[in-house]
Amino acid sequence: MSEHIVTSYDEELRELARSIAEMGGLVEQQLDDAVNALLSTNSQLAQDVILGDRQINQMHYQIEERAILVIAKRQPMAQDLRETVAAIRISHDLERVGDLGKNIAKRALAIEDQRMNHQLRRGVEHLASLGLRQLKDVLDAYGSRDVQKAISVWRSDDEIDAMYVSLFREMLTYMMEDPRNIGMCTHLLFCAKNIERIGDHATNIAETITYLVTGKQMERAATAPSAG
Amino acid sequence: MNDISHSPSAAKATATKAPPEVPQESAAVPKMRAEKVSVHYADKQALFDVDLDVPENQVISLIGPSGCGKSTFLRCLNRMNDTIDIARVSGHITLDGENIYDKALDVVELRARVGMVFQKPNPFPKSIFENVAYGPRIHGLASAKRDLEEIVATSLQRAGLFNEVKDRLDEPGTGLSGGQQQRLCIARAIAVNPEVILMDEPCSALDPIATAKVEELIDELRENYTIVIVTHSMQQAARVSQRTAMFHLGYLVEEGPTDMMFTNPTDKRTQDYITGRFG
Repeated sequence: MSEHIVTSYDEELRELARSIAEMGGLVEQQLDDAVNALLSTNSQLAQDVILGDRQINQMHYQIEERAILVIAKRQPMAQDLRETVAAIRISHDLERVGDLGKNIAKRALAIEDQRMNHQLRRGVEHLASLGLRQLKDVLDAYGSRDVQKAISVWRSDDEIDAMYVSLFREMLTYMMEDPRNIGMCTHLLFCAKNIERIGDHATNIAETITYLVTGKQMERAATAPSAG
Repeated sequence: MNDISHSPSAAKATATKAPPEVPQESAAVPKMRAEKVSVHYADKQALFDVDLDVPENQVISLIGPSGCGKSTFLRCLNRMNDTIDIARVSGHITLDGENIYDKALDVVELRARVGMVFQKPNPFPKSIFENVAYGPRIHGLASAKRDLEEIVATSLQRAGLFNEVKDRLDEPGTGLSGGQQQRLCIARAIAVNPEVILMDEPCSALDPIATAKVEELIDELRENYTIVIVTHSMQQAARVSQRTAMFHLGYLVEEGPTDMMFTNPTDKRTQDYITGRFG
């Protein structure tokens, strides 16, 4: 796309996209750390993640303010308007992912002195790796404005949902087998739920990218996955 | 913690929302229709084979960079180009299916049916009353003085100006503020009961408050009139019109529902123009 007549306008839009990429990188790191803290019961790392969430919230506000300023100053149209609105939407989704990561870190602190069943541990690990992959892929799709990649992230959400459902059943079984598992399993269940929600935010971002690039809302009928 | 839902079935509650596509308004029989309209000023061609429908009781805005032919096209719609000696119009333009370039057609009557409001407010150097009364009088729309007064009052009311000027109808129209003068010109245009109103950048000389009043007025007038507006303000086109036509270098580049044109135009030239990428 050619440049604007007003060059500072281009700079503002570039800055907005750069901030989203930066925020995305930070959120990815936070989530990775939160999951590691949970699986390796590393309380220091968990603390860091909880504190680090503030920076994510800060970035969210900054991006929102910048985008609002662009709207006020430039009255963006067409592609520029979609770019600006996408920045607001994606930063909001990323902020929520950050919160979910923080919640996982809090759970990590709550269960640090309990022994984790090996099977469950692997289940959560697998689910988390799926969630992280989704987040990474959708941020890559944003960086390269790649609709095909965004759609493939959107479709892959099925996998996370299926994995979550099977983990849910497994934990239910453990809890019924031995009520002493209830404490640990409940915490892990929340963590799994958080990761599943992160997958949903990745699909939201995928939808936003599709709108940003094509100007069309992703059609539900054409791409809707079967209910999880 | 917000997560209280353990049920896997609630998992995808918010992730797959996608609003249904908005159905496009079906195009009814157009009020005016232009087919293969070209305009030459002496040897220079200013407009090339423009096909455009003007739907009834809607606002259509014509946008495009300076010199793109949008005002030229607007002036074709009530034969204002006839007043320019070197202008030559070819093609076909109809009003309610009737050829407006038909030799038998009375141009004065056409201009009463297709009124015009210009960029700079241009009230006659007469009283406010006379500015509005002039048209109805020469077109013989009022037989008695009371009828005329009635038309003037109604027109001023429709133009949203009556309350501001009702106590000084005898004062000169040129003494009003710019925004009031423009609304006076709109009152003058609607006093002869036109069917179509052409507006050539009606707000470019007005401040934001006066602009807002004129835009509000355009929205109200749409109920009874068909409006074609040329504007340089993309935001104004987005706000007031239902359809938008983009001109460039004398060609009609793209025409469609305004909402689409400003969020997702199909032509790159439209995209570049409305986003400020070329001037």
